[in-house]
Amino acid sequence: MNPEPLTGLIEALTFDLQGETFALEAGLVREVLDLLPETDVPGAPPFVGAVINFRGRIIPLVDLRLAFDMRAATPTIDSRIVVIEYDLDGQPTLIGLRADKVHEVTSIDRAVTEAAPRVGMRWRSDFIRLLARRNGDLIVIPDLDQIFAARGQSTGAVTPINALQS
Amino acid sequence: MSAQDPVEIFRQEAQELFESIEQGLLDLAHRPGDRDLVDAVFRGLHTLKGSGAMFGFDALAAFTHHCETAFDRVRRGEVAATSALVGAVLACQDHMRALAEGRPASEAAGDLLLAELHRVVQSAGQAASLGAAPAEATAAPLHTWRVKFSLPADALINGTRPLPLLDELRELGDCRVTVVTDKVPDFDVLVATECHLAWDVTLVTPHGRDAIEDVFIFVIDDMTLDIQEVAEAEAAPAAAEVALAAAPQAVGANDEAPAAEGRHAKVSGDTVRVPAERLDEMMDRVGELVIAQSRLKQLAASSSDIALRAVAEEIERLAAEMRDTMMVVRMVPIAQLFGRFRRLIHDLARDTGKTIELSTEGETTELDKTVIERLADPLIHLIRNAADHGLETPEQRLAAGKPQTGHVVLAARQSGAEVVITITDDGRGVDRDRVRAKAEENGLIQPGQVLNDNELLQLIFAPGFSTAAAITNLSGRGVGMDVVKRTIEGLRGAIELTSTPGEGSVVSLRIPLTLAIIDGLLVRVGAGRYVIPLSSVEECVELSVEQDIRSTGRSLITLRDQLVPFIRLRQMFSTAQAPDPHQKIVVVQAGQERVGLVVDQILGDHQTVIKALSGFHAEVGAFSGATILGDGGVALILDIGHLVAAGQRHDAQLRAAS
Repeated sequence: MNPEPLTGLIEALTFDLQGETFALEAGLVREVLDLLPETDVPGAPPFVGAVINFRGRIIPLVDLRLAFDMRAATPTIDSRIVVIEYDLDGQPTLIGLRADKVHEVTSIDRAVTEAAPRVGMRWRSDFIRLLARRNGDLIVIPDLDQIFAARGQSTGAVTPINALQS
Repeated sequence: MSAQDPVEIFRQEAQELFESIEQGLLDLAHRPGDRDLVDAVFRGLHTLKGSGAMFGFDALAAFTHHCETAFDRVRRGEVAATSALVGAVLACQDHMRALAEGRPASEAAGDLLLAELHRVVQSAGQAASLGAAPAEATAAPLHTWRVKFSLPADALINGTRPLPLLDELRELGDCRVTVVTDKVPDFDVLVATECHLAWDVTLVTPHGRDAIEDVFIFVIDDMTLDIQEVAEAEAAPAAAEVALAAAPQAVGANDEAPAAEGRHAKVSGDTVRVPAERLDEMMDRVGELVIAQSRLKQLAASSSDIALRAVAEEIERLAAEMRDTMMVVRMVPIAQLFGRFRRLIHDLARDTGKTIELSTEGETTELDKTVIERLADPLIHLIRNAADHGLETPEQRLAAGKPQTGHVVLAARQSGAEVVITITDDGRGVDRDRVRAKAEENGLIQPGQVLNDNELLQLIFAPGFSTAAAITNLSGRGVGMDVVKRTIEGLRGAIELTSTPGEGSVVSLRIPLTLAIIDGLLVRVGAGRYVIPLSSVEECVELSVEQDIRSTGRSLITLRDQLVPFIRLRQMFSTAQAPDPHQKIVVVQAGQERVGLVVDQILGDHQTVIKALSGFHAEVGAFSGATILGDGGVALILDIGHLVAAGQRHDAQLRAAS
């Protein structure tokens, strides 16, 4: 992974997954969709258990929750699919990400970000590119390279993230 | 877009020239005396030199010049087209390819090739002059020839000039040239750049007909040429004489001779060169059209508007025709692929010291462009195997009472929506004992395990299997038949091997005509819908309640006195929903194996535009792709090869357990 520059702003789309706020660089995002009919792919890992028809293209639907030890949730009226374009094994691929709720695009100052601590987290630290503080809250910027390469295989829980915030 | 890049255009042209030169050379190895072949190769080399120089490939042009010179001597009968010469020019051609493709090619290597070529030409030249020269010297009686020729109307535009042709004729001997102006139109409709003159030449020369035809070698395809030998007395030209210098060189006419017209049309042809990616784009559009059309069809079916239904039907017909036309556009004859292997056999024969003859059948069989490209590597491997492992040495063959020359037959034919390609050799056949020994050694089977013949042969396709006792330069480099099998399965095809000891082996490949669209059978399992490629569906039967209950222990049904194992897709896909009361079995075939797939419901046939699944789902073996249905939903396409293999394993487990 390239070393992160220490200053500047990150334009990011923020969204919720089970109460936690995540952020993705806005440049990756192609579109935010309402829920679409999903087709399960039997035998695929639950992390990418389904595909959807995105305007005539069949794209995988990724559930980041499973990479962060959260349970898959039943959809609500706020549920959305964030479509990103991402290099998957060298191929530019459209990928849908499940989100409980999508917020606005915000600027995150790199000055308030830090790398994930190696210990004291229940999540795989290499799945997190940066953590940013905002209004006493924490925004997780996931490392999609690592998550996709591991196909979302998370390891066991250690410490709840709430313990870190207090 | 680089479609207009002149260098790219030249490379494409050069590629075709190389292919035709190579074909000519290889044919020449069999028929050294064939003048047409010599001329064709010469013309190819000449054009290559000319175009090369025009596009700034100076090194290529200079190098080609030497080959052309060598072949010019062959053409003039000074040098015999020996196999050594053919070999040398083939070697030079590889160097030329490198130069044309801009690959680094060392000058020293080029010089070495030329030196070899020169040496070969010298020795071949001596051989030829020994035989031919005395005959030439004694027999030089004068002939009188009447040569009538005319050029196509666009000859001048294409750079052909009649004057040098006449000059060359004059070099052959005494000439009387008469211009035939019959076809010249009235002045007011005359197009100054068109040529409609014809020439009538009376030539007295010691040379034969071939020498005269040689003059026209570069234009002979497009022109009309009539050469007749005449007795001296009637040699006087009948037509009115017109001084050539005064004759207008280009005179337009629309009433060309019908013969010339026909030829002209054939030559300029109606072919358009299109970059392959544009075809791919168009195929995508057609795919989307088919999807939109099936949505329309669904809408129309639920409506009572007769006009709407009529339009929907019309669109359906058009979309289907469009799809078929598009597929035809993408088809190329397999000759393109087969042509490459003649060179391979030539090299293989040289390297193994075996005498090998390759014959091809069904070269006109057409296949999707992409499929053809992806077939090249597996076929090279299979042909190498046939030549290296299959065929015996000439001594062994004679000892076995077979003709000395080993035969490899490459054949293609269409069978329904598939093309069957077979590679047949008349060699020693697969040595079953060695296959078994090797498989036991590699731990693929248990020592003494009972296998039927087919199962034994299938072991050859297992990963990590290679029977070559000695690893040769040609095959047995670790990439085995398993790679071939995987590539073929990647094309949704199947591979089969049959072999008779002492008589040879046959490898057959069954390849679908196209990769993009298939006819499929749409089925439902639980809530999911799946497509089974229709080409592999044998029949559909009902799973009776008794069978259903009985088969909890043993999943076999009897189908016309044959036991067919079946797989419950519900189990395989871990479907939660309760099963339908009347489940169906779709019997599918892959290769020689059959397996039944238990589904909840058969929904009907569906034109399936295949879309690849992303990298995330590449590891899920059961599906070869996905498609979009009329209602916008997604159906996964079942990979029959994978399912059949799973069924076989399942069956084997049951047999082992019982």
